[in-house]
Amino acid sequence: MRMDAAEPAVRLPASPRLRWRRFVNRAFRVAVFGAVIVVLAPLVAILGTVISRGAPALDWDFLTSLPKPVGETGGGVGHAILGTLILAFGGLLMAVPLGVPAGVFLASDRMPRLGGVVRMCADVLAGVPSIVVGLFAYTLLVLPFKHFSALAGAFALAVIMLPTIARTTEEVVRLVPSTLTEAALALGAPRWRVMLRVVLPSAGKGVAAGIIAAFSRGAGETAPLMFTAFGSQFLSLSPLQPIAALPLVLFNYAVSPYDDWYAQAWAAALVLAVLVLAGNVVARFAMARRSP
Amino acid sequence: MNARPSSSRVDTAFQASLVLAGLGVATVLAGVAWEVLSLSGEALSKGGIGFLTGTTWDPVAEEFGALPALYGTLVTSAVALLIAVPLGIGSAVFLSEMATSRVATVVGVLVDLLAAIPSVIYGLWGLFVLAPLLREHVQPAVQAAFGSLPIFAGPPLGVGYGTAGLLLAIMVIPVITSVSREVLRAVPDTQREAAYALGATPFEVIKGTVFPFARSGLVGAVVLGLGRALGETMAVTMVIGNRYDISASLFAPGYTLAAVIANEFAEAFSPRYLSALAGLAVVLLGTTLILNAGARLLVRRVKGAA
Repeated sequence: MRMDAAEPAVRLPASPRLRWRRFVNRAFRVAVFGAVIVVLAPLVAILGTVISRGAPALDWDFLTSLPKPVGETGGGVGHAILGTLILAFGGLLMAVPLGVPAGVFLASDRMPRLGGVVRMCADVLAGVPSIVVGLFAYTLLVLPFKHFSALAGAFALAVIMLPTIARTTEEVVRLVPSTLTEAALALGAPRWRVMLRVVLPSAGKGVAAGIIAAFSRGAGETAPLMFTAFGSQFLSLSPLQPIAALPLVLFNYAVSPYDDWYAQAWAAALVLAVLVLAGNVVARFAMARRSP
Repeated sequence: MNARPSSSRVDTAFQASLVLAGLGVATVLAGVAWEVLSLSGEALSKGGIGFLTGTTWDPVAEEFGALPALYGTLVTSAVALLIAVPLGIGSAVFLSEMATSRVATVVGVLVDLLAAIPSVIYGLWGLFVLAPLLREHVQPAVQAAFGSLPIFAGPPLGVGYGTAGLLLAIMVIPVITSVSREVLRAVPDTQREAAYALGATPFEVIKGTVFPFARSGLVGAVVLGLGRALGETMAVTMVIGNRYDISASLFAPGYTLAAVIANEFAEAFSPRYLSALAGLAVVLLGTTLILNAGARLLVRRVKGAA
């Protein structure tokens, strides 16, 4: 909706009251426009700093090698990049089989009351502080086994990913035209076949977008990993051992007392930002181009 | 016709598995609440109400009071909302009422990017860019002008309640903006057209017809932002100053519920200590659960009415 009114054919002299109203309106427009500028400024400032401070320390060696002891120059975060990918894919492996069918259930509207409760639970779960999710994973998977593990970290990320996957799946499944479903049902196809062969394929891109969005959200999380995956200085592939993660390395380097590590923290931030924001942008494009 | 009975049985099984998945989501939420509550049982039952009102946090003497952390969480969130509400709702007004659709799309994407930046990167930026900037330029200037007020007392450290609140504001603005934008979009155009037909200026249209219609949804957007601010961990942990104390000054270092858990949990050496940290999580979880559920209901009411 545009705000400029058309010029009137005949201009009457504006009364003081009208002039005041026009002034208030203009002031409001300026204030609102100013708000947008102030809101976007930190985005520019943060990404600008991450790029300008992160890029100098970034090279192939940083992406692939292991950390060196304090005092020695060089070393990298290869173990943490691998760890983050393992944790995030592990999280998806647990969250997708539950989240996608839950989303399909929510979209089906066949049990509206239960659906409402489940939808509320998914929304509230999305609002649970991530540190509390970490605590949950800790009591379930660390306390009984008496040591930190990649498995517990991946589980914590799965809990965080679950509501995103369920709600986006619901949204995109709802967008599948009912004519399509009805046509398939009219041909005598049972509901499960309609769902698997007609509805999910046509909503597929949207579901994938939700999964990618969940992946990038999980990859950026720090708090739930602090006492589940815990972090590690070594390359680890075992699900039952502690594992490194990019956000954890970033945090530990940032609160360390070494200048050398600060530079590496910025470089790690650049890698993490690219990983997370790229996932976000890809998801957005997939959503925008989903079938109507 | 032979296929029918078996295929309807498959249908039933399929539907049942969908229902199970839905129940699974609800179970996870219940599980989170249950596990955290049971882990905290010892601290809450021994401490009672004293756990909430106590001001000492001494793991060695096993004396645990949550008040300073609770205070820090509330103060930082309040500062964040004070900054984020006008800016967030203002941006939403721009996006839904003023911008051309192309501008709105671009700005909307940028706001979403702001929401997607991991909180640990916010923390890094807060610690190495924002805090020094505030310490060297902003805080001395504020003290020169309003130094006599107790909320600006004390040495300018750069880290503390105020810095954490400002950083939180930047983080919750995207939440408030995107939910408010959805709510404003749900206001029917007939509302606006009727007011324009009466000769109202755009500002009067928004103030007189759009805002009243969207009010409860906007409140919901703010509460969702508050939920994010209360539970935010990493960024706050890096700029709050980590001192277990209560002070009136926004420049003073403090602590928050989430930050205490993040810093101490991995090193908790006794079951009693662990249970006290879980007690902080219960306080945090209880607050955010109630706020979130309430906010969702408010937002849904506006979107449902349109």
